[in-house]
Amino acid sequence: MSSSAAGREYQPKTSVGKITNFVDTRVGGSAMVKEFGRKIFPDHWTFMFGEVALYSFVILLLSGTFLTFFFDPSMAETHYDGSYVPLRGIEMSVAYSSSLDISFDIRGGLFMRQVHHWSALLFVAAVSVHMLRVFFTGAFRKPRELNWVIGGVLLILAMAAGFTGYSLPDDLLSGNGLRIIDGVIKSIPVVGTYISFFLFGGEFPGTEIIPRLYVLHILLIPALILLLIAIHLFLVVVHKHTQFPGPGRTNDNVVGFPVGPVYAAKAGGFFFIVFGVVAAISAAFTINPIWNYGPYDPSPVSAGTQPDWYIGWVDGALRLMPGIIAGFPFEWEIPFPWGVNTLSLNVLLPALVPAGIVFTMLFAWPWIEAWVTKDRRERHLLDRPRNAPTRTGVGVAGVVFYCVMWAAASSDLIATHFMVSLNDVTYWLRALFFIGPVIGFIVARRIALALQRKDREIVLHGRETGRIVRLPHGEFIEVHEPVDEYKRYKLTTFDSPQVLPAQADVNGHITKGEKRRAWASRFFFEDRVAPVTPAELEEAHSHGHHGEVANEHDKASISSH
Amino acid sequence: MADHSHGSPEQTGTVAKPGQGGVQKFQDPGLPPHRPRLADTDPRAEKRAERQVGVLFLVSIFGTVLFFFGYFAIPLDQTIGTLRLQNLLLGLGTAFAMLGIGVGIVHWAKTLMPDHEISEDRHEIRPEADRADAEKIVGDILEESGIKRRPLIRNTLLGASILAIFPAIAIFRDLGPLPGDVLRQTMWDEGVRLTRDPSGTPIKASDVTIGSAFHVIPEGLNESEHKLEEKAKAVVLLMRLKPESLNPSPGREDWGFEGIVAYSKICTHVGCPVALYEQQTHHLLCPCHQSTFDLTQECKVIFGPAVRPLPQLPISVDDEGYLVATSDFQEPVGPSYWERG
Repeated sequence: MSSSAAGREYQPKTSVGKITNFVDTRVGGSAMVKEFGRKIFPDHWTFMFGEVALYSFVILLLSGTFLTFFFDPSMAETHYDGSYVPLRGIEMSVAYSSSLDISFDIRGGLFMRQVHHWSALLFVAAVSVHMLRVFFTGAFRKPRELNWVIGGVLLILAMAAGFTGYSLPDDLLSGNGLRIIDGVIKSIPVVGTYISFFLFGGEFPGTEIIPRLYVLHILLIPALILLLIAIHLFLVVVHKHTQFPGPGRTNDNVVGFPVGPVYAAKAGGFFFIVFGVVAAISAAFTINPIWNYGPYDPSPVSAGTQPDWYIGWVDGALRLMPGIIAGFPFEWEIPFPWGVNTLSLNVLLPALVPAGIVFTMLFAWPWIEAWVTKDRRERHLLDRPRNAPTRTGVGVAGVVFYCVMWAAASSDLIATHFMVSLNDVTYWLRALFFIGPVIGFIVARRIALALQRKDREIVLHGRETGRIVRLPHGEFIEVHEPVDEYKRYKLTTFDSPQVLPAQADVNGHITKGEKRRAWASRFFFEDRVAPVTPAELEEAHSHGHHGEVANEHDKASISSH
Repeated sequence: MADHSHGSPEQTGTVAKPGQGGVQKFQDPGLPPHRPRLADTDPRAEKRAERQVGVLFLVSIFGTVLFFFGYFAIPLDQTIGTLRLQNLLLGLGTAFAMLGIGVGIVHWAKTLMPDHEISEDRHEIRPEADRADAEKIVGDILEESGIKRRPLIRNTLLGASILAIFPAIAIFRDLGPLPGDVLRQTMWDEGVRLTRDPSGTPIKASDVTIGSAFHVIPEGLNESEHKLEEKAKAVVLLMRLKPESLNPSPGREDWGFEGIVAYSKICTHVGCPVALYEQQTHHLLCPCHQSTFDLTQECKVIFGPAVRPLPQLPISVDDEGYLVATSDFQEPVGPSYWERG
């Protein structure tokens, strides 16, 4: 903007200056360049998962646009006359037929389908791993709680996008997936049958469902994802990135590389790398060969039908649920004054409860942790997972819970591949569904505590060098080398909250809620390995007992060897 | 050295005691000293890195050429083999084109662009004062609108707004018809012949030998207007067992014919086809969620998430020896629903 008040316009001298001046005097933006051009982004390999998610979404938009030009979501009946001989003349829907055309008769169509499907899988995977990274490092803490929630919603939307897309080709596999959804919807009390009829436009399968899923898949869900990604990234800019603690890295600064040119090059280049990897996978590994399955027909189904991996855990929960336990059926026929109604808990419980637990815990976790610690400060420094043993344990328990259900979705393949009884696989997985998370929690927390103690050892006694030295008086020792001050700072600078006992309120009462919080605090922080303090290090050195840093006298003899 | 591997942890100082930690901290030594890379000190290494980046970009150009080679030079001849080859070339071409650019730029950034980290201060997201001002402004807006002083306006607006949402939901009413009782009825009826799926040819009782299983649809299904919807309810599995291994309950003795029995193929769990028949054990297994039904016990559930047995289709033979249904199913087939009763 011209500074007419100063009476003198800014005169650019370089060509870059002339161009930016032209743009800036018309649309503004030099303030933005000033703000963002050299904005600092910290570097850590775990920060790339979010980038992978973003880039695979861009790839999804690109390949999806291509597919949209050729795909026809109609469920009208047609007879296939394309170039794939085994299906010629077979009656099928236009949707399936155009999916076959994309695969066989449009050059590059098969490749685009593969890119689209693989990047969809990568998208959900990257979102999931990104969320695990955020969880295990505590990056969800104030001020980032809302962005964590947005991330959770994005995960749900990613699964919804995946499922609606999976159903579109109208092949046998996707039709069976829809049939399962139909059965699950019908199990909802009171309104289930109506929702099913409204969704399918009548009885299953009808001729409406694919066009409707198409609208959701190409319009509504991507628009929502795009909107939430925009808010997500906007908040990342507002908050600035988190960083791991270390020398020079504090809660009040950001240490890293400036956007221009280093970070832009690294992140921008990484987009091409993600695209390249997806393309390489798509070139070599066929996914969803719909021509093998044939058109949807309610009668046939292939053995070993598998959902896409991100839906697997819900399907697995459906498999794990027993219909009848010891003669007690999980389907109730409830007599009402107007007649008998059926409540199908064998479907409703596994479809809702595990997902409900996972997502409730996920969304509530930032507030649960803030409640337990009473910590309302802004947190920009990450935790190494070992330094938050209870959180790490809870996270691992969640992962185990998820993975048991996920494995259950392939129980039949586990049985056939390992030549074991299908029923036994299910019995074991049912047991693991309850026990697995508990074991996962205990083991992960113990490992985290053990790793913390290892860190203490390293700081106090130095690094084991593997050099065995014989001292002049005949004793053998292994030389330990003290860590340098940077490494030492890294290993000793972390938050180690202590148990916060119940606090009385202003009236001197200890409320029930506060007692519960104190219990939770004990559960979280009772087992604790404190970081080494300078005094402790001093003491460890002055002990003079062998095995640590060799004392001056010995050092002389060691160096002479 | 060995002091941490024997003795109790309390004595070795590896477990914190009350009052330890948190009080004293190590001094922050600041950012570690910057170590120059090879390319920073050795002009030859710098040149080499430059060439490497250039070669990577050339790889990308090669990839694009490979893509067009696959696109134009491989004519599709209706075999999967050439399609796979074309797919491979398109994919590898794209992979090289993308990876060449991507790896090249990242390599450029890592070897030639500045590699010293910079520290930038965080600022408050919003100053305290702004927040107070905003609160006051919102308060003023609410005050001037008078919404606090006029509960009648507030409450009626609230009620009207909540109600006004419902038309948005109601407008979707025409998405589908009401269920009515269509889920209770299938195409089966007295005298409807059992025919093979998918050909639709009728089945004679004499065709059904012991141990065999047929996938069955009602006669006329292939000509019906809503074929898939009808089929999703009407498909049936037909098997013949030794009559003595069947244990029909009272009133169902005449639902089979000389050991031939017909059961709905739609799983009572969520509706997948129960497609796997184990001849030896007479078990029917649903491949989707592994519900297992025992044919010798009227398809009672013996494993898995289903609760209800598969509905049986009462059958008989007509005077030409073809298998026919004697009525529709006596209960709704497929997954349970609220109104099922």
